[in-house]
Amino acid sequence: MKTDLTDTTASKINKALVQGRRAIGTPAVGMVLTLVIVTDEENAYDSLKAANDASREHPSRTLVVVKRVSRSPRDRTQSRLDAEVRLGADAGSGETVVLRLYGEVVDHAQSVVLPLLLPDAPVVVWWPVNAPLDPAKDPLGALGQRRVTDTYAAEQPVRELTARAETYTPGDTDLSWTRITPWRSMLAAALDQVSCRVESVEVEGEEFNPSCELLAMWLADRLDVPVKRSLSGGPGLTAVRMSTDCGPVVLDRADGSLATLSIEGQPDRAVALKRRDTAELIAEELRRLDPDDTYASALRYGVDRLNATSDAAEAFSVDGVGDGDRDRDRDRDGEAAGDAAAEPEAPEAVAKGADGDGEREAVETPVEEAAKAPAREAAASEPVTKGAAK
Amino acid sequence: MAPFSGSGANPLRDPADRRLPRIAGPSGLVIFGVTGDLSRKKLMPAVYDLANRGLLPPGFSLVGFARREWEHEDFAAEVHDAVKAHARTPFREEVWQQLIQGMRFVQGTFDDDEAFERLRGTIEELDKAQGTGGNFAFYLSVPPRSFPVVIQQLKKHGLADQKNGAWRRAVIEKPFGHDLKSAEELNAIVHEVFAPDQVFRIDHYLGKETVQNILALRFANTMFEPIWNRSFVDHVQITMAEDIGIGGRAGYYDGIGAARDVIQNHLLQLLALTAMEEPASFDADALAAEKTKVLGAVRLPENLGEHTVRGQYAAGWQGGEKAVGYLEEDGIDAKSKTDTYAAVKLEIDNRRWAGVPFYLRTGKRLGRRVTEIAVVFQRAPHSPFDTTATEELGSNAIVIRVQPDEGVTVRFGSKVPGTSMEIRDVSMDFAYGESFTESSPEAYERLILDVLLGDSNLFPRTEEVELSWKILDPIEEYWDTHGKPAQYPAGTWGPVEADEMLAREGRSWRRP
Repeated sequence: MKTDLTDTTASKINKALVQGRRAIGTPAVGMVLTLVIVTDEENAYDSLKAANDASREHPSRTLVVVKRVSRSPRDRTQSRLDAEVRLGADAGSGETVVLRLYGEVVDHAQSVVLPLLLPDAPVVVWWPVNAPLDPAKDPLGALGQRRVTDTYAAEQPVRELTARAETYTPGDTDLSWTRITPWRSMLAAALDQVSCRVESVEVEGEEFNPSCELLAMWLADRLDVPVKRSLSGGPGLTAVRMSTDCGPVVLDRADGSLATLSIEGQPDRAVALKRRDTAELIAEELRRLDPDDTYASALRYGVDRLNATSDAAEAFSVDGVGDGDRDRDRDRDGEAAGDAAAEPEAPEAVAKGADGDGEREAVETPVEEAAKAPAREAAASEPVTKGAAK
Repeated sequence: MAPFSGSGANPLRDPADRRLPRIAGPSGLVIFGVTGDLSRKKLMPAVYDLANRGLLPPGFSLVGFARREWEHEDFAAEVHDAVKAHARTPFREEVWQQLIQGMRFVQGTFDDDEAFERLRGTIEELDKAQGTGGNFAFYLSVPPRSFPVVIQQLKKHGLADQKNGAWRRAVIEKPFGHDLKSAEELNAIVHEVFAPDQVFRIDHYLGKETVQNILALRFANTMFEPIWNRSFVDHVQITMAEDIGIGGRAGYYDGIGAARDVIQNHLLQLLALTAMEEPASFDADALAAEKTKVLGAVRLPENLGEHTVRGQYAAGWQGGEKAVGYLEEDGIDAKSKTDTYAAVKLEIDNRRWAGVPFYLRTGKRLGRRVTEIAVVFQRAPHSPFDTTATEELGSNAIVIRVQPDEGVTVRFGSKVPGTSMEIRDVSMDFAYGESFTESSPEAYERLILDVLLGDSNLFPRTEEVELSWKILDPIEEYWDTHGKPAQYPAGTWGPVEADEMLAREGRSWRRP
């Protein structure tokens, strides 16, 4: 059931929700949370679709806040709120209200959203794109216990990671972090199977994919060893190589769905590691609404502390992307670890060296060059301008 | 290979990191009787669903053992079909590719020594090829009479030996015997080969979300526990009704009956969870201790003739279909005294429950398929409203709906809108499907995962099984020597004797 309300107010929308529920005969409310999606018209459809799919696991009231662009000064001074109320089969397993904001009210979206929140239920705010610099201070973000952003959708993902680390408030989370849960769980399972000490790690994946950095930072944070981020053609993350004191442990996923886990002295094993769609990510995100301390800790590790020394980077890349002689690889990594400890100032050097390189180039350049890209991006100091610019 | 190092030693594991699921360590599952219905409809799909949710270790292996002349490929094809037909989660090729690498089939009968040698060879081969590390669970999905021989064969061929820190576990299905004596014999046989903590008895009811929720409802909330005792509760009704007849299970069912098939395990477990005291912690030992205590405190009524009822379904109409009576079913002796319906009254002799009757009933060919626990409260001691106002008001009740339509209902009185004061029962409903995931994990998924993790929270222990038989045996003995089952038409809620049993005490059965 769908009701269109033009030039309306929050209280009229509430009335339409109650009437709609009566009309389809389900006056009971079994919804467990309110999901606020803040988006532009371009991304509204996909986000709403994902949210509706996720609502099968988490019945929720979904409020889609679409901020419309006003093209003339006259439009900007007027303000109008249009709403589309969807119930029943049209709204997954919950209720959906699409709010379209024009003119001045765009800057006061929280005044529309506040009366529409479910009583006593948690609020999750999700920005599929254009997340504010400091989600917790954003007027809409302040309404939520949980604020979901997605650095993957950012223009300069790695730089945005640094910004997120600076403004982190408990309750913030990033879909790029959600994306790597299966990897993290598989890597933890891999280390369950051996009793070895990890000496160094390499995380390989496509460029402009902050999930790779997050995974690398998580590993560095938990294992306290040098972690190198290197580039490949994707899709997504392609490999994690851990060198341990009893041989390499490698999780390699070339095709984006089936990975191979190889552990020294054990047979290679196939494991399913499919890239998941947004609905699954949102569903995972809604499963826990408490602050994710592991994420905070990984994020605050800092992108610039990856690739600890340029020597380390070379040591990895000489042996290539894993097919080489494993023992030699391990020795090299051992050296790298030593070097990292000896030269703490190294990250700066890397950042300087890479200054001014065209970003696009990195894809084709050899691994040594490309590997520095994340550090370079992180080191760039100009403010992140994306914000709500669109 | 280095042994499993435990989660404490793994720097990537952190209790605060709640996104990471519990993944079983390196292991494999051997299913005996893999061609059976249970295996195809429940076990294989559950293994796939676990893999699909990323909860199985890399290299997880599934070994089928059956008499059928199959190659590994035939077995894989069979699993494939079963998964496609019955799995809860969508079929994904890459998950299948992961699983298929560890699938093996061993052909043989249970008394065939060579087959068990082949099984041992297969397990050793899997340890090398898949890195299962010698950790195997043996799932005995076999008829009760084959239990002893399979267990003995496992022992004889060294398959139950735990070497180098690896584990070997046995998973057994009900029935756990047919009376106390046979249960003790069975336990002796199993424990001779497997240590008690490596034996997992599957009671699939305990794997259900709603059953685990009984504990959450009682012990995570403040509003229920204060009234969960004899001062407020009038009585408790635990019902498990099936709408089907015995189907093709005549051979198994005749001579066993509803009480042994359902009350001894499922209903007494539900009773234990409903009535037990709060455990000190949520670990297996603490839970088992409380359940054992409450089962030990169960007291039978003195007059078994008045407080127990058994019945047999007679021909009738069930949901628009004509159903034959139990005695006319294929393979049933026309003089059979087997009960297809059983209702008993039990009391629990402790401070919390003294004087509160627990009515347990189960049956086949009843009105509809439903399992529920209804805690019915006493009426308000004084009503300021006159009797006409509260004429339609029943007792308050909390109903835990175990299946289908899982959830909890609270029933209480409310004023009917209008100028006169009239109070009527209304219900407030919590439905799992409404507030949580559309498809909760299947009970078998949870239970298989727990077996692989070695987590025995949700499995009844030897003592619980033996205590349950101690409760049921006197009833069965009484029934053997007194009278015969009452007849009830198929599709109704049981024999009139059952209604009279409650009516004598001024109560009535809920219509579930």
